[in-house]
Amino acid sequence: MTDATGPMVAADGRPLKASLNRALRRQKMRALLLISPLLFFIMITFIIPIGQMLFRSVENQIVGDVLPTTVVALDAWSVKSGEAPGEEVFFALTQDLVLAAERKEHTRLGSRLNYEDPGISSLFRKSGRNVEVMGEGYAKQFDALDERWAETNTFSEILADPEWLADAAQVETAADMDRFEVNEDAATYLPRTVAAYTSFANYMIADKGKDPAKSKPWNTLHLALFEDLRAAPEITIASAYGDMLRTAAAAVPTFETETLSASFAKIDKDWLDPDVWSTIKRYSPSYTNGYFLNAIDMEKTVDGPAWRPEDQQIYLTLFWRTLLMSMTITISCILLGYPVAWLLANLPARTANLLMILVLLPFWTSLLVRTSAWKILLQQQGVINDIVVWLGLVADDNRLALINNATGTIIAMTHILLPFMILPLYSVMKTIPPTYLRAAKSLGATNWTAFWRVYFPQSVPGIGAGSILVFILSIGYYITPEIVGGTKGVFISNRIAYHISSSLNWGLAAALGTILLAVVMLLYWAYDRIVGIDNVKLGG
Amino acid sequence: MLQSAKLLDLVFIQECSLSCQDLRGTSVSKSGNESAFVEFERVQKSYDGENLVVKDLNLSMPKGEFLTMLGPSGSGKTTCLMMLAGFETATHGEIRLDGVSINHIPPHKRGIGMVFQNYALFPHMTVAENLSFPLEVRKIGKSDREQKVMRALGMVQMQDFAGRRPTQLSGGQQQRIALARALVFEPELVLMDEPLGALDKQLRETLQFEITNLAHQLGITVVYVTHDQTEALTMSDRVAVFDDGRIQQLAPPDELYEAPQNSFVAQFIGENNTLEGVVKEIKGNTCIVQLDSGDIIDAIPVNVAAVGDRTKVSIRPERVEFNKDRLKAGAHTLKAEVLEFIYMGDIFRTRLRVAGVDNFIIKSRNAPDQVRLTPGQQIEIGWLAEDCRALDA
Ligand SMILES: Nc1ncnc2c1ncn2[C@@H]1O[C@H](COP(=O)(O)OP(=O)(O)OP(=O)(O)O)[C@@H](O)[C@H]1O
Ligand SMILES: [Mg+2]
Repeated sequence: MTDATGPMVAADGRPLKASLNRALRRQKMRALLLISPLLFFIMITFIIPIGQMLFRSVENQIVGDVLPTTVVALDAWSVKSGEAPGEEVFFALTQDLVLAAERKEHTRLGSRLNYEDPGISSLFRKSGRNVEVMGEGYAKQFDALDERWAETNTFSEILADPEWLADAAQVETAADMDRFEVNEDAATYLPRTVAAYTSFANYMIADKGKDPAKSKPWNTLHLALFEDLRAAPEITIASAYGDMLRTAAAAVPTFETETLSASFAKIDKDWLDPDVWSTIKRYSPSYTNGYFLNAIDMEKTVDGPAWRPEDQQIYLTLFWRTLLMSMTITISCILLGYPVAWLLANLPARTANLLMILVLLPFWTSLLVRTSAWKILLQQQGVINDIVVWLGLVADDNRLALINNATGTIIAMTHILLPFMILPLYSVMKTIPPTYLRAAKSLGATNWTAFWRVYFPQSVPGIGAGSILVFILSIGYYITPEIVGGTKGVFISNRIAYHISSSLNWGLAAALGTILLAVVMLLYWAYDRIVGIDNVKLGG
Repeated sequence: MLQSAKLLDLVFIQECSLSCQDLRGTSVSKSGNESAFVEFERVQKSYDGENLVVKDLNLSMPKGEFLTMLGPSGSGKTTCLMMLAGFETATHGEIRLDGVSINHIPPHKRGIGMVFQNYALFPHMTVAENLSFPLEVRKIGKSDREQKVMRALGMVQMQDFAGRRPTQLSGGQQQRIALARALVFEPELVLMDEPLGALDKQLRETLQFEITNLAHQLGITVVYVTHDQTEALTMSDRVAVFDDGRIQQLAPPDELYEAPQNSFVAQFIGENNTLEGVVKEIKGNTCIVQLDSGDIIDAIPVNVAAVGDRTKVSIRPERVEFNKDRLKAGAHTLKAEVLEFIYMGDIFRTRLRVAGVDNFIIKSRNAPDQVRLTPGQQIEIGWLAEDCRALDA
C-alpha cells in the first residue's frame, strides 16, 4: 500500500495517521463525555478530599498567621542560649496576641501547639485574657502628659495618610472604609506604632465595622508609641500634633517603665521557659514535617528529628499490628472462603443458590448488629466460652479471653469480610470448566494432584482479587476493632478516628492517613511486581 | 488443498512409522487378537433414578479396533464414554478392560487416554508442560519425560510449539496437542468425545486422517464419539449407531450403509428414500410390499416377520433406476413425476413425486450419456429387489 516516497494517505489526501488520530480523538471525547458525571462526582467526593487530606498533613500556617511579627522576631533567638528571648520578642508577642485575642484565634493556636508541647493551650488561653492590660501604665502616663492622648482620634490623625482620612470622612458606614493607609512620614519615625495601629484600624474596619478614629485605642498602641519615642526619633510633623509628640518624646525617658517579660511571667511563668519558645519557633514555618514525624513516633528537636522515648511510641506498633492483623484476617478468609466458594461453584444450581443466599445474608444485617453479636458470643460469660467450658476443654475459672483483644478483632473481622473473599473466588471458579479436573484425572492424576496442579493455579486470580479486597478493606477498618478490639486489638484507623473526632489533631490524622495510603499503594505495587495485577480476576 | 493435505499426511506417516514404533515399545498391532479388550455387559445408566439414559448396553471390542459411537444428540454416547473413563458409574452391569472389571477402579488408575471436545488443555501450563503432566504424575524421570514429550509432539508435528500457551494456538493446533497429550503416556485405550466438533470442514478432514493413521500405527484401541456420519464412516473399523440409549446397529461402515438393520439406521446414515406400506407376500429372500398408494414393489425382507406387517421400505437414491432397459424383466415399476432437477457437478439430484411422496430423491452420475430430467416430466422408476429393504415400521 505504501509507496516508497511517503507515508500512507487517506482517501482525502491527508496522512492516514492524522485521519486515524482524528477519528480516535472523537471517539475518546465521546467516551469522556459519557463518564464525565462520574468523573465529576469522584472529583468532588474523592480526589479533592484526598488532596486536602494530603495537604493538611503538612500544612501549618496557623503559627505564622496568628503570630506574624513574633515569628520574625524569633529568628534571631536560639534555644541554645538557654534562656527566654529578649524584650523585643515579648513586644512582638504582645502586639500579635492582642489582635489574636480580639479575634479569638489564640485558643486555636494554643490547641495546635498543645499537640507538640502539652500545656501551651492553657498558656495561650490565660495570656489572651490578660494581654490587654499590657501597656496600660504607659497609656496613663501619656494621658497625664496631654489629655489629647486620651481622645480616640489622636492616633489616626498622626498616623493616617491625609487622603485616606479625607476619604474615610465621606463614607456612610465604617464598614465601607478602605483599608488603612499610613502616613509615610510617620512610618519613618514611629514604625512600631504605625504597624500596631494598622492592624488595629484594619481589625476595627473589617471585623467590627467601626471607625477606628472613634474607637478607644488599645493599650498596646501606647506601648508601641513608648518604644518608638524612647528611640528619640526626629519628629518632622508640622501640625499641632508635632509639638505634642515632641513633648512626649522628651518626657518618655522619665516614664515609669514596664518589663514585658516580667508581665508575661506574671500571667504564666512558662513564658520564661525556653522550651515553649522553642516549640513556637519550630512550628513557625508554613509547612512542617512535624505531623509525619509524630505519625512515626518521632519528634522535632533542636537537633532535628529524633525518636520519641520508648514509652511514648505508639504509632509504629499500631501500623505494624494493623498490617499483621490484616494479613491474618486475609489468610483466615482464604482458608475459610476457598472451600465455600468451591462448593458454590460446583454444587447443583439449586443448592448453590441457597448457599449463596447464606453467604450474602450478612450483607442484609447491619454491621453494628453483627459486631455486637460477636461481642455477646465471645465474652467471657458468652456462648462460646460456655460451650468450651461445658465440653471440659478449659476450666470454669480460666475462661478464654476472646474479646477486647486481637483475637476478638480477628474473629469478627474475618466473619465480616468473608463474603468479599468468597464472591470473587466464586466468580473465578465458576469459569473453570469441570473438564479440566476430569482431563487431569484421565491423565493419571489423583484427586489431590488434579486439584493442586490444575484447579488451584487457575483459581489463584480469584484468591488475588479476594485478598486485595479483604486486605485493603481490613487495613482501614474502624468500627469492628473499635467495638471488639479493646486496647490490644485496635487498628491505626481507630487512632485516626480519635484524632479526627476527639483530639481534633487533624494534621496528625491526615499524616497517619497518608502513611496508610502509601503503605497500601506500596503493597499493591509489590503485589503487582510479584503476582502481576493482570492475574487478578473478579470473574469472567 | 485436499491434495496438499494428503501430501502432508504421507510425509507424516513415514515419520511416524519410525517414531511411533519405538514409542509403543512393541510392534504395531496384534490385530489377530480377537479376545475382547473392552467389554460392556448389560450396562444401564440413570442419572435421576427415573429415566434410563443407557439401556442394556452390550459391546465388545477387540484390541486395536477403532470404534465410533454415532447417534443423535442426547442418545447417551458421552454417558457411555464417561462410564468407560470412570467419571460416571454404571447403574447396573459390568464394564471390563482387558478382562478385568473396572467398575470400581477410579479414573486415574484406569490408564485410559482421553481427548475432550473442548480440548481441556490446561491454560496455565505451556504445551510442553501439558504433555509432561501425565508423565510427571507417573513419576517418570526428567530426561525420559522430555524425550517422550518431544516424540509425542513430533507425532502431531507440533515440536515448534512446545513453549507456547494453549491460548496462543489455533483450534486445530490445540486439537493436535490434546491428541498428543492423550497419547504421550502410551495408553492402550483412547477415548475421544467429538474431538473435531469445533473445527472447520477442511481441518476436520485432515485431522480425521491423522487420527486414524496414528491409531493404526500405534495399535491403540480407540472409542470415538461423533455426530458426523461421514466422520464415522471414513474413520472407523466399526460404527455403533446409538439411539434412545441403545445400540441400534454395530457394523463396519459399508455394511451399515448398504445393509441397515432398521429404519432408524437407514435414515440416520446417508440419504435415504422411505416408502410406507404393508407386506403382501414373502418368498424366500424377496417380498412384495403394497404401498399406501396401492402400488406394488419388490423388496428384500430384513426386519419384517410376517405377511400383513406394516413396513418402511428404504432405497438409496443412487440405486434408483429410471432407464427401463437396465431393470430386470418383470420387476415392478412406479410412476413418478419430476418436481425438481438440481445440478451438483459430479452428480444430478432429482426430486420426484412417487406414490404420493413428494421428497423421493434420485441421484445419477454426471456421465456423458446421462439423461437430464426436466420438471413436469413423467417417468417410470424401479430398482433391484436387493437394494430395497423392507424394515420395521
Ligand atoms: N449429569 C447429568 N445429569 C442428568 N442427566 C444427564 C447428565 N448428563 C447427561 N444427561 C442426560 O443423559 C442423556 C444422554 O446424554 P449424553 O451426554 O450421553 O448424550 P450424547 O449422546 O453425548 O449427546 P450429544 O451428542 O449432544 O453430546 C441426555 O438426555 C442428557 O440430558
Ligand atoms: Mg456428548
